[in-house]
Amino acid sequence: MSDKRFRLSHGTLQLLLSAGALLIMLGAIFHVQPNAMSYFGFTLLFKLSMPLVLAALAQMMLILLGDIDLSNGAFVGMVTCITAVWLDPSPGVAVIAYLAAIAAFVAMGWFTHARELPSIIVTLGASFIWLGIAITVLPSPGGTVPGWLTGFTGWRPPLLPMPIWVALIAAAVSQWFLMHTSFGTLLRATGGNARAVQKAGWSLSRLRIAIYAMAGGLMVASGVLLSGIITSGDPNVAPSYTLLTIGAVIVGGGAFVGGRVSPIGTVLGALTLSLAGSFLSFMHVPATWQIGAQGAILFLVLAGRVIVDRRKLA
Amino acid sequence: MQIGKSILTGALALAGGAVLAGQVFAANGLATGDTSTKRIAFSNSYAGNSFRQIMIKDFERMAQKAVDEGKIAGFTTVSANNNVTEQAGQIQNLILQGYDAIIVLAGSDTALNGAIKEACGAGITVVAFASGVTEPCVHTVDYNLDSYAKAELDFVQSKLGYGPANILEIRGMAGDGFDKRLHEGVVKAMAEHPNYKSVGEVYGQWTGTVAQKEVAGILPSLKKVDAVLTQGGDGYGAMQAFKAAGRDIPIIIMGNRQDELQAWKDQHIATGYETFSLGATPSVSQVAFWTAQQILAGKKVPDFVEVPLLEVHQADLDAWLKVVPEGGVLDADYDQKIVGQIIDANIAGTELPSVAAPN
Repeated sequence: MSDKRFRLSHGTLQLLLSAGALLIMLGAIFHVQPNAMSYFGFTLLFKLSMPLVLAALAQMMLILLGDIDLSNGAFVGMVTCITAVWLDPSPGVAVIAYLAAIAAFVAMGWFTHARELPSIIVTLGASFIWLGIAITVLPSPGGTVPGWLTGFTGWRPPLLPMPIWVALIAAAVSQWFLMHTSFGTLLRATGGNARAVQKAGWSLSRLRIAIYAMAGGLMVASGVLLSGIITSGDPNVAPSYTLLTIGAVIVGGGAFVGGRVSPIGTVLGALTLSLAGSFLSFMHVPATWQIGAQGAILFLVLAGRVIVDRRKLA
Repeated sequence: MQIGKSILTGALALAGGAVLAGQVFAANGLATGDTSTKRIAFSNSYAGNSFRQIMIKDFERMAQKAVDEGKIAGFTTVSANNNVTEQAGQIQNLILQGYDAIIVLAGSDTALNGAIKEACGAGITVVAFASGVTEPCVHTVDYNLDSYAKAELDFVQSKLGYGPANILEIRGMAGDGFDKRLHEGVVKAMAEHPNYKSVGEVYGQWTGTVAQKEVAGILPSLKKVDAVLTQGGDGYGAMQAFKAAGRDIPIIIMGNRQDELQAWKDQHIATGYETFSLGATPSVSQVAFWTAQQILAGKKVPDFVEVPLLEVHQADLDAWLKVVPEGGVLDADYDQKIVGQIIDANIAGTELPSVAAPN
């Protein structure tokens, strides 16, 4: 009993860590630029985090399994190309292409587990396949996206800015699904102790297929949102997503061992990492230092996590 | 919410001011509207090579000078690591930071359209340079590669007349956008010279050593070469290949690299050899900067402003050679006055002013 309470507080501590980093950066930005503390400011600051949040949740599903997805950025890029080429003129073709992309992603996941291959190798290989398909679909950046999509990403909903709604809804739904439903518990168990789940009579392949399908679906949603924001498609639009999404999951309290992830933490992590770049430019960090400084922020947050983890062991 | 409203009012006031300024623009010469409270930002897609590093320094030096002279209030540079989503985010930050103009070297022709449109919507002047941003609300400042090719062939014609002449073309890299556009310019310019015959094309990758190897490879199959068209960076290697093969050195157009200009000079001293050199300069960022400043000052600027290439003729060779850094590319400052002349030449459709050689 007491053990459970301790774990909860540990999880909460980690969430507070990501939330704290986010709030410190936001506070600094508002201090420099009070104008940013507005509906309009929040919209601009977090607009590009919308697709990143969804892609990070996709990454989280695979890390939940103990896998890692190095093709995340390439896959999202491929989805932006499909969107820019087909969604406007022939939505039916686009939907079929999205489903085919998810199916291909699931097939990759199934193959990884059936042959017991390391996901880090398979997904790295797959990233070149997604990039190749993307370049075939849309050889040079461009294309058009339907007006309703740009309208949706530019929508000004009531009460809170669009990116905040997206983050809140994504965090709430994924937290509820993974942490408070029996199927979610089963999925976490698959990542944590696959053998036990198998012994209990569940089909591991089906569970894994379900997880890969959800990840694929989330990345499709991410790519569609991203193409709405950039009003076009580009095979190379999101290579940084691969590392940013992994960073978001880990900053948010996940671990590579499988079974240990936090959906709310992942969403907070994605917001933190996407704000890090803005934070630096608001602080007038010289352009040449920004790449290194971004790494330093990630390092600081992770160092904070290590300290929290140590306290747990002590 | 209230702050949001005040931003909106501010943007409207700004837009209103721009309309008023537009009515009193100077029809010719520099616009003199007050820009001393304006701030101009540079959004750069990539800072990881020497050309871009010089480009940033050129911008910052010229902007600092403008601040010192009270022409603008401030400036900033932000670079994305060749990542267009990052650059889009940076442009959105610049909007929030309240910059009055943003000059953009875009990592993608289309992927920044959303962010750029938002900037235009907030009343910010956006000048894109050295890239083909497709969002119609921007002003574009760029070189015209048709002019590049035409200048090369015009010089050949000044030396060889209307021919007949055999022309070798050294291209850049297969599939590259710059190479494709410059080659199209060459094809167009060659059509004007029916007596000129294209006898070969090689890919020199804008690198002396590669160009030397490729030219050496094709030379045995060519009887006589009268002129070599280049894309910059390849002229020195081409000259070495001709020398090594014991062939007469044809007119090799140079690309403003230090090694090319030095080889030209050495050859001129030895044999009286004459040629011509031209190229883009990193200081195109300064042209974009002053163009933005002029728009803020109320000047009416066309949607596309062509930037003149930096040309080196025989008479100025020594002067230029003194200022080009060892192993580097020729660069020259564009001040406010010459940018005003460039814009006016674009409006009038007259010949673009050329950058004067240093004294």
